[in-house]
Amino acid sequence: MEYFLELFFSGLTRGSIYALIALGYTMVYGIIQLINFAHGEIYMIGAFTALIVSGVLSWYGMEGVSLLILSTVLAMMYAAAYAFTVEKIAYKPLRQAPRLSPLISAIGMSIFLQNYVLLAQTSDFLPFPSLIPEFELPEKYQHIIGSTDLAIIAITAVVMVCLTLFIKFTMMGKAMRATAQDRSMAMLLGVNVNRVISNTFILGSALAAVGGVLVASHVGRINFYIGFIAGIKAFTAAVLGGIGSIPGAVLGGLVLGWTESFATGYISSDYEDVFAFVFLVLILIFKPTGLLGKATAQKV
Amino acid sequence: MNIARQIKDSLLVAIWFIILTFPIMVIRVNTIENEIEWRWHNMVLVAVVSFVLSFAWRYLFTIKTTGGKESAAAVPLLPWTQRIMENPRLLIPLLAALGVGVIIFPFVLSVYQVNIMVTALMFVVLGLGLNIVVGLAGLLDLGYVAFYAVGAYAYALLNHHYDIGFWAALPIGAFLAFIAGILLGFPVLRLRGDYLAIVTLGFGEIIRLILENWNEFSFGPSGISNIDRPGFFGINLSFSEATIYIYFIMIALCLFTIFVVNRLEKSRIGRAWIALREDEIACQAMGIDKTKTKLAAFALGATWAGMIGVIFAAKTTFINPASFTFMESAIILCIVVMGGMGSIMGVILGALILILLPEYLRAFSDYRMIAFGVSMVLMMVFRPQGILPGVRAKYQFKAAPKNAGGTE
Repeated sequence: MEYFLELFFSGLTRGSIYALIALGYTMVYGIIQLINFAHGEIYMIGAFTALIVSGVLSWYGMEGVSLLILSTVLAMMYAAAYAFTVEKIAYKPLRQAPRLSPLISAIGMSIFLQNYVLLAQTSDFLPFPSLIPEFELPEKYQHIIGSTDLAIIAITAVVMVCLTLFIKFTMMGKAMRATAQDRSMAMLLGVNVNRVISNTFILGSALAAVGGVLVASHVGRINFYIGFIAGIKAFTAAVLGGIGSIPGAVLGGLVLGWTESFATGYISSDYEDVFAFVFLVLILIFKPTGLLGKATAQKV
Repeated sequence: MNIARQIKDSLLVAIWFIILTFPIMVIRVNTIENEIEWRWHNMVLVAVVSFVLSFAWRYLFTIKTTGGKESAAAVPLLPWTQRIMENPRLLIPLLAALGVGVIIFPFVLSVYQVNIMVTALMFVVLGLGLNIVVGLAGLLDLGYVAFYAVGAYAYALLNHHYDIGFWAALPIGAFLAFIAGILLGFPVLRLRGDYLAIVTLGFGEIIRLILENWNEFSFGPSGISNIDRPGFFGINLSFSEATIYIYFIMIALCLFTIFVVNRLEKSRIGRAWIALREDEIACQAMGIDKTKTKLAAFALGATWAGMIGVIFAAKTTFINPASFTFMESAIILCIVVMGGMGSIMGVILGALILILLPEYLRAFSDYRMIAFGVSMVLMMVFRPQGILPGVRAKYQFKAAPKNAGGTE
């Protein structure tokens, strides 16, 4: 039972991070039907920015919670700026192009960003400082869940609630939902669609950056390639929940996290990544609409 | 737009990029020794490059939106390859020169050069194979390297366990890849374009991870070594002779591939692929079996990858899962996109450029992947049809000339 609980919580931690990244995929897909292949790289850039900022700040003697907050905020800003620029360069000129064109462009962008970080920084794994402050848990729970796990789950939950409130109650959130439903109709009703799309990218990548900082300080090391696997897994989570649906992304992330955690815990840890991929393939084949997605008829 | 405005815009772009790239380009943190390295020269570099490139970007855009249409309307010329192809007076000497060049190439230049050429030719065939799937049938396959791995491991394992030679393994590898293509294609082909891309990517990664982890079967990350080179009627060849031998095998295979792909493209199924790419629903309405056509594209594309896999294993005599990452798939995709989807000449040219250029520009070899990424984006934005766009075959009725075949 204790082993089960331990796996349950580690799955919850993993899953909530997948969910954070998956939100970016799902929001972008909901609005422009593009699999933003470069999203994983944005997450990686977020983690790198946090590493650099925290490195510089701690060199000047800053520490504790303020260091965590400052580097996370800067990571979010930079990830958002990168995503904004990527959208303007690689996706916006292709709005009217056939569907595969922006996808290929996104793959190109992803390769570019990976190698940009590789060349500008390093190809080695860099140690990442544990920014999340440790605290003592009651002895009874210590071996079931670590304090960083708890912090990750709590931070994710707060971020999700904020996002839901934003989407539900602000003008921009409303405009996003309208654009996702019907872009040309939204345009006719005076929604600045280009701005909505930019904002979606900004919001999604800021969330990915939070995910990046949390994962990096949990795992303790990063390199330029972490975005690829994380991106695929988050995409799996988004598809699992039903791409385009925000609660779906969260649910999908959690289900994927638990699946991975239990599968590695009870079956074998060699095939950790294989489980995610097999899961992805199976969902896409048998239930491409996902758990909470709506089936859409193809219009001729 | 006037000059002052342009300069102002470019300055803003430069400032934006300076801010954007500041942490990653300028600062490098060494967390172990607690040192910070400030590389201010990179900042100047970013500023200058982004300032200049923003001009180029705008210029290309104006060409794309206005100039492109005008020139296309004014000069309805075929691409130059097409003009050469249709003019036997140019074509025959050109082909003869090319043929002589290809034959004397390995005897004039060093083994190193020949080896590079073999790699480039392998990518030509891989590109042509993927071109069937992506270019003709319009199915974005991101796990193409999986079939390549199937071919390579088929030969390596058969050779290791049963001592099967290269020539026997070549059709076996091709056949196994064909089967893998069908097995993989069958469940996934119902999916829409972008989902298909992700599933194929997933399959590619699954195959690689299995090869990496299933030690009893594939010897894990350490791979398989001492694979036999292709045999030449039982004669033992030295390394350089074997390289030249493989070079000629590759030339033959290239010609064979070009021939087959060319015939396929003009055949009934080739036309069905193109129709499917253009409009799936209209295509089905015309009575084309969607599943069968897609499956054929998938399996035939995979066959070439399987064959090249066998040759790859024979050439390097050592394989391990690290040769079959997503990056290989991306390079092959980049070849097809760069050259022109659906265009045989384009893909050949794309493969030669993308493989040979980085080899000869060794100083810039670090920048190879970054250039691939950039070129994929730029091609999609400015020239989605590729360097040498594919030309649709035209069929014309020619009135039979009078006195045709008349004896005089």
